[in-house]
Amino acid sequence: MALKTNTILICAGGGCISAGEESVKQAFERKLKEYGLDTVVSVVETGCMGACSLGPLAVVYPDGVYYQKLTPKAAEKIVEEHILKGRVVPEYLFEGEKEKLTIKEKEPAEIPFFAKQVKIALRNVGVIDPLSIEEYIARDGYFALHKALTQMTPEEVIKEIKDSGLRGRGGAGFPTGLKWELARQQKSDIKYMICNADEGDPGAFMDRSILEGDPHSIVEAMTIAGYAIGAQKGFVYVRAEYPLAIERLQKAIETAHEYGFLGENIFGTDFSFDIEIRIGAGAFVCGEETALMHSIEGKRGQPRVKPPFPVQKGLWGKPTVINNVETLSLVPPIIHKGAAWFRQYGTEKSPGTKVFALAGKIKNTGLVEVPMGITLRELLYDIGGGHPQGKQIKAVQTGGPSGGVIPAEYFDTPVDYESLGKLGAIMGSGGMIVLDEDDCMVDVAKFFLEFTVDESCGKCTPCREGTKVMYDILDKITKGEGTMEDIEKLEQLAQVIKDSSLCGLGQTAPNPVLSTLKYYRHEYEAHVKDGVCPAKKCKAFISYVINPEKCVGCTACARVCPTNAIHGEVRKVHEIDQDACVRCGSCIEVCRFGAISKVTPAVVGSISR
Amino acid sequence: MSKVKSLEELMKIKEQALQNIKMREAGKRGKIVVAMGTCGIAAGAKDTLKAIVEYMNEMKIDDIAVVQSGCMGLCEVEPTIEVALEGQEPVVYGNVTPENAKRIIQSHILEGKVVSDLVVKRGEV
Repeated sequence: MALKTNTILICAGGGCISAGEESVKQAFERKLKEYGLDTVVSVVETGCMGACSLGPLAVVYPDGVYYQKLTPKAAEKIVEEHILKGRVVPEYLFEGEKEKLTIKEKEPAEIPFFAKQVKIALRNVGVIDPLSIEEYIARDGYFALHKALTQMTPEEVIKEIKDSGLRGRGGAGFPTGLKWELARQQKSDIKYMICNADEGDPGAFMDRSILEGDPHSIVEAMTIAGYAIGAQKGFVYVRAEYPLAIERLQKAIETAHEYGFLGENIFGTDFSFDIEIRIGAGAFVCGEETALMHSIEGKRGQPRVKPPFPVQKGLWGKPTVINNVETLSLVPPIIHKGAAWFRQYGTEKSPGTKVFALAGKIKNTGLVEVPMGITLRELLYDIGGGHPQGKQIKAVQTGGPSGGVIPAEYFDTPVDYESLGKLGAIMGSGGMIVLDEDDCMVDVAKFFLEFTVDESCGKCTPCREGTKVMYDILDKITKGEGTMEDIEKLEQLAQVIKDSSLCGLGQTAPNPVLSTLKYYRHEYEAHVKDGVCPAKKCKAFISYVINPEKCVGCTACARVCPTNAIHGEVRKVHEIDQDACVRCGSCIEVCRFGAISKVTPAVVGSISR
Repeated sequence: MSKVKSLEELMKIKEQALQNIKMREAGKRGKIVVAMGTCGIAAGAKDTLKAIVEYMNEMKIDDIAVVQSGCMGLCEVEPTIEVALEGQEPVVYGNVTPENAKRIIQSHILEGKVVSDLVVKRGEV
């Protein structure tokens, strides 16, 4: 490869692609060609760099300067200024670099967003070209595989993973080493290794980012796992909504074959292993391991009763280990650097790091990897940057539809499996949705219940019928027709569904309701008893009213109103007809005088009363 | 690509690839700064830059960064380059044609001898 004076790394994670990364890349390439620099400056697409809210992102090396919110025009300017003349372009500098306008070597660690992060699962994501096996090898790729196959017995590999204390990052936290050991002990000529990439939680995208940004780490980890448990065949189960992940993983599998890291007699040993991709249709229940296996077998993706567990009777009745993407991505570093190295991060019971996808009312939405045991406060404020408008963060919802809410007063809780479990939330796959005072907790519960009603597979009655009944009750409450008995009924239902559902989907479906009831019962009661939605979110409980003192009669609100509910003459005070108003909030957005406000409880009839 | 069978082969791939990655980052024993202001470009700095890059590739020099900068203010002797090796004061060369660039790399970078007939200035610009 030729010497390059500069390298521009562009983030090609899902977020940046949707923010227009492709056109930025083309602009870079076009401009470089124009200046005849295309042979000496290379443009590399990497995986997700993590700061998705500021995308498209790029880093210009050798200076290591981060740029954000790029447009094709910005790309042209960066080529003309930074690449050609060595002058940093301040207007596109990454937040946190703005105060340092001098070009100098910069460690990402100087930027607050990166400072508290420890990247193990994401070690290569956003750093290497995901399609280049050489770059993966340059960052110690496939060394763990070599070490495992040539210097360790399968038992030693399992012991290393057990010693590291690695627990399932899919969210349940089952000890990975133990799972492997159980599968190892099974007597069977055929065993299977499955990577579960059926990430389905709303707001979680860490698995996708790892597959898109560092596909070889999964290939390597699965091969190590296959060696440890005695499997010759691996499957990666990815949902069809992740075409880019599928494409890059496919390419990684192909090149791994070419280099001899997959296929017959890997590294000249007598171990052979192969990986196939299986594409799922994206049903949430297919992330449940037994349903996932049915889906791979070509059957309908529905769960079955456990035991027997997959390690005893899995795919086609053979012993099978199923690990989540993020769990697997941690395996090669553990084997390469040892369990003790891994244990220096995290806590005694939850060693290592965890990737979180921050979403909702937070400044730095994106992907972060932190040592376990960090407090929620550090995660949300130091790394997440707090609320985008500086409002109060009310709570954070973790673990998706199976998880729960954690109110602000518990933000000093360390993030680990047990602590979050105690609060009635779960670690989950790592989706974190940040809520503020404008989020109604009943509505949040309803949102997740709507999801589980949609995704319930229908095999068992408690989940199929129960979640629907729960959803209807929540819907009633948000419409202002709820009673106190409804709240009691919700609690009973939740308990029954939890106890009697067949699989994890149903067993955890009531969690959003239970945890919001636990911490925010007063919000439920306000809806039922006082006819008030404290967050002013549920339409049945709010009205938009015009303050006659402030209204100047500019007619802006009347013009945007979709139902013509606002009347008034020019330069005269306007009025909202409450019966015609559909509470869409368009008027409040256009009013430049702050004359319109949301009130709860709803005003009965028209404002003139 | 033949199959990788040994740690040595893996190491070799790693080292080669690392060189390429190292190019991105500034962990080097020195750098050559090519003045690429409008004046420099007009005087042919682009060809000089290309020649430097090609010759360094040819000689397999990978511990020197090549960076571009703006005008150094020495327009009359463009194209100019600055060679800054670790632990030595930087040297600015003038009239660096592609041919001269090769000479500088050969003598200054590889043999450590300053090419005195092309020196414009020693020390910080």
